Amino acid sequence: MIKHLKYALLAGALVAFAPTAFAETPKDTLVIAKQIDDLISLDPAEAYELSGIEVLANSYDRIMRFEPTDITKLVGGVAESNTVSDDGKTFTFKIRSGLKFASGNPVTAQDAAFSLQRVIKLEKTPVFLLSQLGWTKDNVDKLVTAPDDSTLKITITEDYAPSLVYALLSSVVGSVVDSKVAKEHEKDGDFGYNWLKTNSAGGGAYVIKSWKANDSVVLEGNPNYRGGAPKLNRVVLRHIPEPAAQRLALEKGDVDIARNLTPDQANGLSGNKDVAITSVPQALLYYVAMNLKTKEFQDPKVRQAVRYLIDYKGMADTFLKGKMQVHQSLWASGFWASYDENPYSFDADKAKALLKDAGYPDGFSVDMDVPNSDPFTNIAQNVQSTLAKGGIKVNLIPEETKALLTKYRARQHQMLMIYWGPDYMDPHTNADGFAHNTDNSDGAKGHPLAWRNAWPAEEETKMTDAAVKERDTEKRKQDYIDLQKKVLETGPYAIMFQSTDELAQRSNVKGFVEGPSSDVVYYNLTTK
Amino acid sequence: MSSSEAAPVSRSGFRTETSGARLLRLGHQLGFFLLSLAVTFLGLTAVTFFIGRFIPVDPVLAVVGDHANHDVYEKTRLAMGLDRPIIVQYVIYLKKVLAGDLGESVMTSQPVLADLLTFFPATFELATLATIFGVLIGVPAGVAAGAQKGRWPDHVVRVLGLFGYSTPVFWLGLVGLFVFYGKLGWVAGTGRLDVGYDDIVTTRTGVLLIDSALQGEWDVFRNAVGHLILPGAILAYYSLAYIARMARSFMIDQLGQEYVTAARVKGRSFWGAVWLHAFPNIMVPLITVIGLSYASLLEGAVLTETVFAWPGLGRYITQSLFNADMNAVLGGTLVVGAVFIGINAFCDFLYKIFDPRLRRA
Repeated sequence: MIKHLKYALLAGALVAFAPTAFAETPKDTLVIAKQIDDLISLDPAEAYELSGIEVLANSYDRIMRFEPTDITKLVGGVAESNTVSDDGKTFTFKIRSGLKFASGNPVTAQDAAFSLQRVIKLEKTPVFLLSQLGWTKDNVDKLVTAPDDSTLKITITEDYAPSLVYALLSSVVGSVVDSKVAKEHEKDGDFGYNWLKTNSAGGGAYVIKSWKANDSVVLEGNPNYRGGAPKLNRVVLRHIPEPAAQRLALEKGDVDIARNLTPDQANGLSGNKDVAITSVPQALLYYVAMNLKTKEFQDPKVRQAVRYLIDYKGMADTFLKGKMQVHQSLWASGFWASYDENPYSFDADKAKALLKDAGYPDGFSVDMDVPNSDPFTNIAQNVQSTLAKGGIKVNLIPEETKALLTKYRARQHQMLMIYWGPDYMDPHTNADGFAHNTDNSDGAKGHPLAWRNAWPAEEETKMTDAAVKERDTEKRKQDYIDLQKKVLETGPYAIMFQSTDELAQRSNVKGFVEGPSSDVVYYNLTTK
Repeated sequence: MSSSEAAPVSRSGFRTETSGARLLRLGHQLGFFLLSLAVTFLGLTAVTFFIGRFIPVDPVLAVVGDHANHDVYEKTRLAMGLDRPIIVQYVIYLKKVLAGDLGESVMTSQPVLADLLTFFPATFELATLATIFGVLIGVPAGVAAGAQKGRWPDHVVRVLGLFGYSTPVFWLGLVGLFVFYGKLGWVAGTGRLDVGYDDIVTTRTGVLLIDSALQGEWDVFRNAVGHLILPGAILAYYSLAYIARMARSFMIDQLGQEYVTAARVKGRSFWGAVWLHAFPNIMVPLITVIGLSYASLLEGAVLTETVFAWPGLGRYITQSLFNADMNAVLGGTLVVGAVFIGINAFCDFLYKIFDPRLRRA
């Protein structure tokens, strides 16, 4: 025993001190360094975190889709074509023939119907995406049907524009689950949920081989994928929390792509021939919220003054360079129906005049809750200093994000800084959050952003309701632009920035697709 | 060493009585140990549980996220039993724990027990390696410094110790990575293995060095060593700094005692007096110091684990706390409690070996 131990120790010492050559990433494997600790589920009826949605975008096909080959155009995914009834309530999708899941099972309309029904019946976080169409546990089996293998028929009970319905079916809940595989793993009527939380049963470009929380996700190519087998057969997402460590791993070639570099680090790599950096605008909006429970903010002039007391450009050009671009309306730039004018800039005189009109010639004091993480801390300090120039004394309260959200949802803040990301690729998602409030009472069921800031938004709610029903696409677009202009004037928000991602790749890596949201990040076209 | 065995042996009757009494005493000790274990665990779970319920983070949010609608939110709240009085919630939790069910983690979608079995070995591997090096270098360094008080070995050890003690580990980790991984390429980067080596070894103990050695996967072993060296060395440096500092002061204390002078007068060399006379007497307090340092490493070194992307216990507990993932926090706390109790018991056992006074009765 002792003898063995001695040899083992000796062997250990020898290999430990022998010069070790560390391999480059394997040829057929794409290694991505990314913070993936937000991932908590891989079931498409539950996943609602950025990393989870991204993995699912690569492992499931969806009913409608922004294809990897053109992420700007919404087209059919497993659906080849679709028609809408004259009343705009019934949609019929023709499923492509010959499609197969990774398991080899054929993709049928029954699978698509099963997938939508299980979202409603499981009632997890993303259920609201589909339940807003009027679907409930009791009626979904009647409203979502598959009359035959290649026909999916869905009926909505709400007046929703068809373009919105398509956008919803292109979101994560539109993922088509292999119903045979899910049913094989079904336990106590859970539609396979407990198994699908950590496994995949899809027809996307990849199959999920393993997910080790806080450590890695490993994907393997699906030869049956509609778009052809992926160019690199394996993808490994490695959780490297520290951006500086991501940068080192990229420089050393231990990873092919680093996703969470800070602008400084990206700048530091600009001279490195082995690395290429691209900026990708994202749909996240960073904003300051003003709670109307604080009496000063009930006066629209005060809210207007706050918007004039933020140095948007100053921040975007200095410490946020490469990380944020100025954007002030509620729907991010680069999307259909965005409004890209930014009417506000820092103007202390104008702000002071507004405050004087509102009855606060000497300003006032207010608390602002801020997440205690980058980049919020820096932005908050800057906003604090510029608001002081108008006489508004801000007391910053840094908090853990979850604690801050708890406070926000109970509308116990005065001012608060946070971000908002869209749920799907249609302006309704943000209009619904920022400008829709049907019940402003403390006991209200819904907690949209307007409610959280105790903003009644009477007129804006009507405008949102009208826009969502508008079936004339051009008219609908104008509706959203009008709404954005209105909220810019009246809302309890100072929307400041739209974020930008720094995508850093080894220069031999080509074809990695990263769009403005996690729904459109695709690995399958990547080569190296 | 042999004296205590020799004393009461001569009569057989005497001996049986002694072993009977000893058995009884051992029984008492074991009973007391188990009782203290139970009380400690109860206290730990209670404190953690109630703190968890009173922190201003809504645990439902951790599950459903910020965008969920009211129905989903309510349904989840009820499913988590959060509508019941907090005492009832605690009793329910205790019952489950006693049945061996630590619940499921929100963050990982896995049973907490399974999580602990993956995250703890990673920390165990790192902490054990660090402690071994910490002891092997720290103890002789501390002893030498204490013996040579005020001379150059003392200054060197003190300055290095102070540096190790006061440099932020986060910084040291990043600089270490930059130099030894980035520039020199002597060690591997973050994580426990390079990508090509994943999933080759079947997990048995969870300690990669042991698993890979048992399965003869020497490539994996080598790669794992490459990944362990740097975080291991940095943690070793910390425990070394602490151990050396304490060993030094214990040594100075002992060398001032009369028995050392007596030994010297009887002709012992200086180093002979240090190692053969003074050193055995610092063993007991030193064991306490080493035990505590080991225990604190086993709790998980959050910052080191973050810098090195090490999937260990410290990061697991911290992450769960931020996410109000209370099952995971409670499970992690129980492990930390068990580690402390286990190490204390082990230290008690070692005291008996090294302190002749504790060997009797």
